[in-house]
Amino acid sequence: MIPRHLYIAVSVLLLAALGMSVYAWHMRGRAAASPVLSADTRPVVPPVAGPTEQVTLFVAYDSPGVLNAQSAQIPLPSDRQQRAEELLRALFALYLDKSSPHPLAPGADIRSVYLVDPGLAVIDVNAALADGHRSGVLVEELTVASLIHTLSANIPGILKVKILVEGKERDTLAGHADLTDFFDVSAVNQLTSQLQSAP
Amino acid sequence: MRWTSSSSSAGVPPALRWIAAAFLVFLAALLLSAAAPEKHLSIYSTAANYSLPIVQRGGRDYVGLLEVLDPLGTVSVKLEGPRWRIHYNNILGEFVTSRTRARVQGRDADLSGAFLLENGKGLVPVASLASLLPRFLGGPVTFHEDSGRLFVGSVSTHFTASVAEDNPTQLVFHFTAPVNPSVATEPGRVHLTFTREPLTAPASPTLTFNSKAIPSATYSESNGAAEITVTSTIPLIASFSNDGRTVTLGPASGAAAQTTAKGPPAPSLAQSNPPASSPASSPSTTAPRRYFAVVDASHGGNDPGEVFSNVLVEKDITVAFARRLRQELENRGISTLVLRDSDANLGIDERAFFANNTRAAVYVAFHAASSGHGVRLYTALLPYGSDDRGPFRSWTTAQAQSVSNSQAAVVSVAAELKKQQVPVRTLSAPLRPLNNVLTAAIAVEISPRDSDLSQLTSPEYQQLIAGAVANGIAAIRDKLGAAQ
Repeated sequence: MIPRHLYIAVSVLLLAALGMSVYAWHMRGRAAASPVLSADTRPVVPPVAGPTEQVTLFVAYDSPGVLNAQSAQIPLPSDRQQRAEELLRALFALYLDKSSPHPLAPGADIRSVYLVDPGLAVIDVNAALADGHRSGVLVEELTVASLIHTLSANIPGILKVKILVEGKERDTLAGHADLTDFFDVSAVNQLTSQLQSAP
Repeated sequence: MRWTSSSSSAGVPPALRWIAAAFLVFLAALLLSAAAPEKHLSIYSTAANYSLPIVQRGGRDYVGLLEVLDPLGTVSVKLEGPRWRIHYNNILGEFVTSRTRARVQGRDADLSGAFLLENGKGLVPVASLASLLPRFLGGPVTFHEDSGRLFVGSVSTHFTASVAEDNPTQLVFHFTAPVNPSVATEPGRVHLTFTREPLTAPASPTLTFNSKAIPSATYSESNGAAEITVTSTIPLIASFSNDGRTVTLGPASGAAAQTTAKGPPAPSLAQSNPPASSPASSPSTTAPRRYFAVVDASHGGNDPGEVFSNVLVEKDITVAFARRLRQELENRGISTLVLRDSDANLGIDERAFFANNTRAAVYVAFHAASSGHGVRLYTALLPYGSDDRGPFRSWTTAQAQSVSNSQAAVVSVAAELKKQQVPVRTLSAPLRPLNNVLTAAIAVEISPRDSDLSQLTSPEYQQLIAGAVANGIAAIRDKLGAAQ
């Protein structure tokens, strides 16, 4: 004969198992209904160590096709090269935001920025930026001018800029903006002036 | 001795005369039938290049559909009474004898003529291939119907030609892929006939050279073949090099003495590969025909530019604008060359080289975009540095000397567009080949006035823009012409 307390223990365990099953089913439904976090394709970057500084980002606005100066407070490391990378990452964060004025392709990122004396900056972007970039003369040059002018305005001494994609030279960004040559920073400054005036 | 008709026929019996006449008629018929060449359809694709016979039925040209598709994929055919079913890969086509419509993947297809069945062989009108084949192949085809040449996808071989006035004079053709033409000569001409190569036409079918020995070459297509005919005042022989990518026509032995005096290289209109540096000012007058304006329909071939929808791409819109601008400029007495007048691949360097080689006064490139409103006019954003060396100008900053003229052109065109109430903006842009062009060079990027993309294909809108651009160029014709 099975003792009574064993009956009670088994019954309590069965009830607990049933309750856990119902709870698990309920949580599964909630998880399915919640927004998919994997849709956020912004790359994860290591935290930056350094004091917060005020910088000027030159942000592209597709409508009406202008480049506007915008102040931002971002932590910047002391190393010049890392500062350059963080500047452009701050710019990309704006472009990858839901309310971006100049949307870039999901996953677009800066791979590296190399500062080579005298006066050369090499911006290496990932393939997601170029492969998913919208095509058009203006929309492509807004991206290029935004990157170059943000860099040159905050990092003194840059005279020319080369843009690479995944470490390699590419003919154009998305069929129009030429990436084969070195950008002349002074010429891009003039272009920025043109782009800062509304049409 | 005099010969008369009576003396020549005297004594010949009438029966013999009849036999002789019948023999002559038979001989003439035989000669005539031999003279009519069999028509061919040549098909070029990445899978195979091949040629098929064309048959005539009821005054129309027909070709076997199975024979067309067989080299391109897996094909099977089933005959059920008057119905002829063909499976190409996973695509089903259903044809019925004497019907002018067929069904491909359940959708109607117009054959522009009756489908014919002969001994189980399905014949379709050749004219229907341009619309029928994309249904089976799932991609575009380009059909030169007059010459019976059909290009599947973006397959094509381009060529450039240049005369070297060395001693002896040589005409050098460079091809983008190996070629093996048949070479035939006749007094004053050499014919290179390409039957298996997807050779495509240069910007101008007639290439003229600054050479007395080899004054010109012409490109033509007929009966499934492309032909380059070279005219020369000396006997020429052909030699092949560079794995069949280069064909050199030089004087046959004994003819070298007839060549002209040694002079500078004379590049032809069709030469495309730019040197590392291009001459700033060549003393030789090399351009055979000079145009005031060169209009460039940007993109083309396997470069669609911006894709607006499944059926609307930038490369098609730019061609439409380029053609309209040519018409508008020529209406104003401005000679104009359109660089790309079909869906051809044309490299950026080639575009710049054509513009420079024709010594035009102004180069206008068309672009189209879905973003923004109205028209944006661009001049070159010159890259950093210049490695001009002596009389040679840097390829990347060749535009430097003409920036002021380019800006003048932009200002003039912008003024005309504003007169037409078209929103306009002027900018510089890192947009090739503007920086490689020696003369005034501008790019015109056209967006719809509002968010309606169909405006880009609207004849009225295209005409409005083309007319304003032409007015702007005509307004500063003298200034641009002075720099030419």
